[in-house]
Amino acid sequence: MTTYEDERLESQIAEWRSYMRRRRELTDTDSDELEDHLRDQIAELTEAGLHTDESFLIAVKRMGSVDELSREFAREHSDRLWKQLVMPPDAGAPTTAASRRELLVVIVCAVAAALAIKVPAAFGLDFSDDAGFYQRNLALFALPPLAAYFCWRRRVRPGVIATVAGLFLVGAVAVNAYPTPEDSQTHVLTAIHLPLALWLVVGVAYAAGDWRSDRRRMDFIRFTGEWFIYFVLIALGGGVLTAFTSVIFNEIGIDTAPLIENWLLPCGAMAAVVVSAWLVEAKQSVIENMAPVLTRLFTPLFTVLLLAFLAAMPWTGVGVDIERDILIVFDLLLVVVLGLLLYAISARDSASPPGMFDRVQLALVVSAMLIDAIVLFAIVSRITEWGFTPNKTAALGENLILLTNLAWSAWLLLQFIRGRMRFTALERWQTGYVSVYAVWAWTVVLVFPLAFEFA
Amino acid sequence: MHIAKDLVAASATPLVLGILAEEDSYGYAILKRISELSGGRLEWSDGLLYPLLHRLERLGYVESSWHSPGNGRRRKYYRITDQGRTELAAQQAQWTTIVDTLHDAWRAAKSSGASPTSPLRAHS
Repeated sequence: MTTYEDERLESQIAEWRSYMRRRRELTDTDSDELEDHLRDQIAELTEAGLHTDESFLIAVKRMGSVDELSREFAREHSDRLWKQLVMPPDAGAPTTAASRRELLVVIVCAVAAALAIKVPAAFGLDFSDDAGFYQRNLALFALPPLAAYFCWRRRVRPGVIATVAGLFLVGAVAVNAYPTPEDSQTHVLTAIHLPLALWLVVGVAYAAGDWRSDRRRMDFIRFTGEWFIYFVLIALGGGVLTAFTSVIFNEIGIDTAPLIENWLLPCGAMAAVVVSAWLVEAKQSVIENMAPVLTRLFTPLFTVLLLAFLAAMPWTGVGVDIERDILIVFDLLLVVVLGLLLYAISARDSASPPGMFDRVQLALVVSAMLIDAIVLFAIVSRITEWGFTPNKTAALGENLILLTNLAWSAWLLLQFIRGRMRFTALERWQTGYVSVYAVWAWTVVLVFPLAFEFA
Repeated sequence: MHIAKDLVAASATPLVLGILAEEDSYGYAILKRISELSGGRLEWSDGLLYPLLHRLERLGYVESSWHSPGNGRRRKYYRITDQGRTELAAQQAQWTTIVDTLHDAWRAAKSSGASPTSPLRAHS
């Protein structure tokens, strides 16, 4: 056999393998086993005088049709259709060395996150007495180990690592060096916005420094959704664990409340931040994405809710009672609507034509905007009457940011439904807008305390 | 000669276990051996051997391990377990019973078919 033929055969086998790989009934080790068989068969046929091309064709043909093969594999390994969750399914494969190393890194990062929240305690800071300190620093315990995990996993360049570390440092210095009183509005605002700002810094590490790329940003958006779902699931499990711990130890007269409050809860939550990220990373190809599924389910329901509210508002004749809290509720409503939009976009095949779901989405976005515009109008008149406070400014700013996003999204969606624009325009608008969130979050953290003189 | 699918399927397990009872082997060699033993008359779709081997492994009749036969490739070898040997013996007993019964029935049919005083034929 000439080397040319060898190469040709190798590429044919590689092609065949990639075809097999698409069958989720077949694992990598199954493909290894079948490939070994294929090579034996080819070798024998070639020895018998056939051309390698011919041998390859006959060997593949004798292997049987892929459909039949995967059906048989599926019948034997029905468990594979239920995706294997925690450990890599191919226990015999040599790839486990790499995944074991990854598991080790994850454990180190998770332990680092869990211990980080106990470090201040060594300096005499108590959870209940120094609650303010923990509130404003909350993001600084778990997110640096999380960013470190991504820096390791993505083999991030030193320059990017320095940038990420630098941004964390800026955040840490800002929240602790500013002399904001703990009962002030800016203190609370910082505690809320720093995690958001630093989460986007984690995004820089996630994208391996390639944060300008639309695709990487969309990946990070997807990651965020899945991470949140895993985190909530772990939190639910943690809740059950905590409940059992406290009840069964109580039975034998041991009070576990201090242990739970000081160790189990804070350390567990911090470690869960890293573990959730690892689960999303390890399972992104394995498990169906949950966020888009929930989005599909709740988009119509939220649309009905908003339309019903819009219809009921003039009918009751009661104007919206204009309190600051109401503005925050409507901010959250816009966040939910934006989330529904975002996760529908993240899972949508941008090439497919506009459908019913896109119209429902447009209805959702437009009705949310209408409601918000009414509320906003009332609020603005109120603010001009009473003046700006940090809280009102933040709530108003967020409302404007979200409203702008939704308004332009609605326009793009409409153009898309009418067939005048490609869906990717909407995608690009959303991924581009992430920068606005970053700028806003950092503004609230860094500028607000100064602008409002730590009020 | 074409052998009905059901028969091929039914004989697959005792056949594979029998071959593995001779010596440890791997997929391709097992198929070669089947072809050799049947004089090429028993034909399988090659790929379908593997789900069968995996099923036998799950049932505990065989165990598998990866070895490298050299040349940088990895090959999965199968070895029969004690439980597999017990199963093989049981299946052998069943098959022997079936074969013997068939044999007797057909010999009886042959001899009675030749006889004009067959009780079945008397009615027709």
